[in-house]
Amino acid sequence: MTKYVVKRILLMFLTLFVIMTICFILIKLLPLPLVKSINKDVALQAKKYEQRGYYKPIMVQYYNFWRNVLTGWDWGVGEQLYTDRAVWPVMMQKLPYTVLVNLYSILIAIPLGLIFGIYAALKKNKWQDSVISTLVMVFTSVPSYVYAFLVQYFFCFKLKWFNPVVLSQDQAPLFSGKMFLSMVPAVMSLGFGVVAGLTRYTRAELSEVLTGDYMLLARTKGLTKAQAISRHAMRNAMVVILPMIIGEFIGILGGSLIIEKIFAIPGIGNVFVDSIAVKDYNFFMAETFFYTFIGLASGILSDISYGFIDPRIRMGSKK
Amino acid sequence: MENDMRSQFPDIPKEKLKLVQRDRRITDQKLETKSIGYFKDVWLRFKKDKSAVVAFILIMILLLFSMFVPFISPMNVSFREENFSYMLPKIFSNTGFWDGTFQTEQTQGGYDIIRGIGVESGLSPISGEVRQFTASDGTVRYSFRQDSYYTPGYEIKVVGEKDFQAMMAFQEEKKIQIFYPIPATWNVKFTGYSAGNYWYKLKNETATSNGEAVYDENGDYIPNYLTSENPAAGGYTGTRLAGDDGGEDGKSWYTYAMKVQGGYRVRINLYNDFIYRNGFAPVFIFGTNVYGQDIFSCLAYGGQLSFILAISVCLINFMIGAVYGAVEGYYGGTTDIVMERISDILGYMPFIVVATLFKLHLQDQVGPLFSLLFAFVLTGWIGMAARVRMQFYRFKGHEYVLAARTLGARDRRLIFKHIFPNSLGTIITGSVLAIPGVIFSESMLSYLGIIDLNTSSMTSIGTMLSNGHDCLRTYPHVILFPALFISILEISFNLFGNGLRDAFNPSLRGAGD
Repeated sequence: MTKYVVKRILLMFLTLFVIMTICFILIKLLPLPLVKSINKDVALQAKKYEQRGYYKPIMVQYYNFWRNVLTGWDWGVGEQLYTDRAVWPVMMQKLPYTVLVNLYSILIAIPLGLIFGIYAALKKNKWQDSVISTLVMVFTSVPSYVYAFLVQYFFCFKLKWFNPVVLSQDQAPLFSGKMFLSMVPAVMSLGFGVVAGLTRYTRAELSEVLTGDYMLLARTKGLTKAQAISRHAMRNAMVVILPMIIGEFIGILGGSLIIEKIFAIPGIGNVFVDSIAVKDYNFFMAETFFYTFIGLASGILSDISYGFIDPRIRMGSKK
Repeated sequence: MENDMRSQFPDIPKEKLKLVQRDRRITDQKLETKSIGYFKDVWLRFKKDKSAVVAFILIMILLLFSMFVPFISPMNVSFREENFSYMLPKIFSNTGFWDGTFQTEQTQGGYDIIRGIGVESGLSPISGEVRQFTASDGTVRYSFRQDSYYTPGYEIKVVGEKDFQAMMAFQEEKKIQIFYPIPATWNVKFTGYSAGNYWYKLKNETATSNGEAVYDENGDYIPNYLTSENPAAGGYTGTRLAGDDGGEDGKSWYTYAMKVQGGYRVRINLYNDFIYRNGFAPVFIFGTNVYGQDIFSCLAYGGQLSFILAISVCLINFMIGAVYGAVEGYYGGTTDIVMERISDILGYMPFIVVATLFKLHLQDQVGPLFSLLFAFVLTGWIGMAARVRMQFYRFKGHEYVLAARTLGARDRRLIFKHIFPNSLGTIITGSVLAIPGVIFSESMLSYLGIIDLNTSSMTSIGTMLSNGHDCLRTYPHVILFPALFISILEISFNLFGNGLRDAFNPSLRGAGD
């Protein structure tokens, strides 16, 4: 088991390395954007670039890049965005918003999704199940930004319950109730999709598990329906669902770009989109690293958690 | 048991054995039912799933909409009428629903202006009853339905010589009045509406006027036009307003035009001007956006782009993925491991990064559409390849494959004729289900502004969504229709894909009857 984990982690680093290299080369091949606004002195900018080593040959830059990253975790300095400020600290400052929004939405969505899924599986083929399944189907198909628009329109503009835009840190401390309240529309928009997906999977898994023979045995032994489900069925259903949840935890960090733009959340996704628009390559590289790392990490975590939950599925181990 | 029998009957003489039924031909009984081919079976099972059939019909409707509307609509993406921006959707007239009107409440000043727009030309923005009431702050207010199509009203602008003559000729020919008399306050920079709408006597004639009018003894507006002795002042020889008879002294003719550098300064009625320039009256089924583009037509063009992009991407991915997966699955071993590594690494690149890099590098050379296509194709085949590979592993070991190989079949024949058709179901379902994914990704990228497919002759659904988002609070219709389009598309494709998946699964034969 440990060997498997170690192997996967090494593989992850290899993949990260290859991807970063590809991105690095492709980006450095592009010309540096010199003049952005009229009052910026072109010659001064060129001199700055020269001093920071952007005009050296690519191999030298590549070596410098890895040296900076591996020794000092220095991802360079923002050129167009947050000019002359170190990249990583800026990103770390933005990270809490993204994490918070995603965390809230997952914390709320997981119990809801589980409850709906269990309910739908119990009432399988009755009208409650049909209603829930139809709603789930609608919610998983409709793109997340459509909910975001609907939520923003109805709850923020028409009913005026919430603020259409998330507060920034100077307006309210990060973990306060006021901040949470301003994040509610964003959390709702993200949450719908998670709830729907989780409901669908839970319902599918649980209904499959309920047909197993051991369930019949449990009922024959004398357990009530609730006992049988909670002690036997849920355990088995969780085998599939829990890795998915863990994967979601991490994976959702990478998917909230649109929500961040719509609700003006000052998070990492926003920086990513901006860095593309203004062609700030240092930020772009750092963001690419972040998102790739997240994608890989969520894959590894969900695979490993399979092994923890179901002892029958220990990967790479002798039987 | 066998030994038992042997011991009971040790010696059976040959003569005792008699052949029976020698004179009859024994053949298999013919099948009672007709045998149906694979695809016929799929089709039958598909038809049984009502929701999938409905979804398919919806998809076809959207597809036909995108294909045919560009042909029948006189407006396209380059059609921009800034004066008619933010028009409301209009199909019917005067029904209160979907007729381009909205409920509004105005103070005295606002009401005077809006009512004034309709007095001269008969094209009144007020449709229906007006209800007068006193508001909580003591002011008199009016509540009515306002027709957004007539609201632009009038504008004072300078037109060139040729246009001037052509417009006058148009007026004569069609009996549609474009030019109206220039008001005395034409030079004032009013806040609120353009100076062309303040044609009557105002209580406050400066720029801060709120539009309140001075009424005459009958309660009508008092016209406040420029007058001159010469009826043809400014070179105007076209039709005149009723009541323009020179006044009591025969020397106060309304001025319709003023000769200036570069042409004539005139006051034109924007609605009729639209008819003159485009040849049809403005009716926008889904309304217009901030640039004055017709949303109905733009949606069709955007849908066209999305469909073409999605279908080509899926076709290409299908071909690349199928071949890649087949080679991986069939040969196995080291080839498989190496190819798996490559597709693994490519698969972990975040799609946005890929799209951005392609756009930055290729945009100047092949245009934004093709760079997006390349980006989709670079990583899109990976899912398909994985599916095909899995199918190959399942069917590789079957006996008929072994038999065919023993008979001397070459690799290529084995792959395409024997193993591949088994996976056709999963492959087709996978391809179909990938289409909404492509459309969604494209719209997301357009919305974020990463990919800019918005040129003067091209638009995409994502661009329309981002345009609409800016005015979400005030004009929700701009975002409503693209959002509806994409939601229906996605839901239908999901249902359709589910139906396909069940239809292609032969083990479901006879289930659910």
